[in-house]
Amino acid sequence: MNQPMVAVVDYGMGNLRSVAKAIEHVAPAGMTVRVTEHPDDLANADRIVFPGQGAARDCMLELGRRELRDALLEAARSKPFLGICMGMQVLMSHSEENGGTDCLGMFPGEVRFFGHGLKGPEGEKLKIPHMGWNGVRQARPHPIWEGIPDGERFYFVHSYHVAPAEPDLALGITDYGPPFVSAIARDNVAAVQFHPEKSAEAGLRLLGNFLRWNP
Amino acid sequence: MLAKRIIPCLDVAEGRVVKGVQFLGLRDAGDPVEIARRYDAEGADEITFLDISASHEGRETMLHVVEQVAEQVFIPLTVGGGIRTVEDVRRLLNAGADKVSINTAAVTHPDFVREASDKVGSQCIVVAIDAKRVSAEGEPPRWAIFTHGGRKPTGLDAIEWARTMVDYGAGELLVTSMDRDGTRAGFDLELMARISDAVEVPVIASGGVGNLDHLTDGVLKGKADAVLAASIFHFGEYTVHQAKEHMAKAGIEVRL
Repeated sequence: MNQPMVAVVDYGMGNLRSVAKAIEHVAPAGMTVRVTEHPDDLANADRIVFPGQGAARDCMLELGRRELRDALLEAARSKPFLGICMGMQVLMSHSEENGGTDCLGMFPGEVRFFGHGLKGPEGEKLKIPHMGWNGVRQARPHPIWEGIPDGERFYFVHSYHVAPAEPDLALGITDYGPPFVSAIARDNVAAVQFHPEKSAEAGLRLLGNFLRWNP
Repeated sequence: MLAKRIIPCLDVAEGRVVKGVQFLGLRDAGDPVEIARRYDAEGADEITFLDISASHEGRETMLHVVEQVAEQVFIPLTVGGGIRTVEDVRRLLNAGADKVSINTAAVTHPDFVREASDKVGSQCIVVAIDAKRVSAEGEPPRWAIFTHGGRKPTGLDAIEWARTMVDYGAGELLVTSMDRDGTRAGFDLELMARISDAVEVPVIASGGVGNLDHLTDGVLKGKADAVLAASIFHFGEYTVHQAKEHMAKAGIEVRL
């Protein structure tokens, strides 16, 4: 029997090593974690982790340059798929970043800037980027939340957030100024705005849950 | 609500932690990996390594340290010290650092900050601001930027410089009062608040922490988004967890 393989999509954008190390840390014996930029590996993988950092336009350019778009869309139709940070944002139709960037369009919705002059509940100034540990309210039960308390804190770093056109996509909600959608899921795809690979125990738990998830 | 962060800072030279970290039951007081694991277990929100190696070999060793820590510690890691080129930045990020802290090179080559943030994203770029009060007693306060551990004046106004660095792409500022660093007399709260008010990005307060009230002051009066401290954690005086409980009692949102 072939060993199960998780592909971590490498398109030159971000902390792939951290993501791969965290997955290796929680992976069951015999599971291979492959950091890859080859569409064939995505086709052969059992699961896909799609991380990302940086700017939306650069991400889309790099995905195009490496001819990964079709392989990603195909994988997202057929196997467990986890988007992280920018890997969540580019699943949407369009981002406001870089003067407007068309994204993969897997889900209808926009990626929006938090806005300048953001204020908290007591009128305090909120910094951009939204950086640090914030709570995530679970909008509905899901296998990736298994064993994770509602409201648990995860580590965030971002200036843009997704605004799905279909409210039932929302899987997690976080308050920063107005509440925003910090996790989404549909069918075999889940995606999170925070960094589970940098979120200590809770993050490792979520990654482990993803590896066990059989939608 | 977003938590205020506590960040222990470790000075590393030639791959070894210096300034004698003292923990009960630590096998090797100089091992950055073991100390980082300890801080993670205590609930540190991030860890910062300051590489003070004098040699090229020391810097190479730092890359291995980062690799080893990143394999075992799953919270954000920042590395500062001697970072001068985009290649330095890339190598540290590829080794497993999440952010790099740029200090002297930001002053001597501000365009480097722009170039680095363009290449890797401003979320990875922390600019370290080392400031000293230069106003005389009774004058409105002014601070200037110093390099080389506070020895070399640049003439740059600290508040203006903070704004400039954010324009150049800094995603976060690490503000150290060179007057307070090592004194254990507390942060220069006026400096911290002035810079935090002046910029949109998060500010980490550093320099002078001697007790837990200094940390709460840094947030409540200094308007810092995160507080960095070294010696109060190293010598087992306080654990990071105790510091967080203290901040929580003062009404500060923390990750406990």
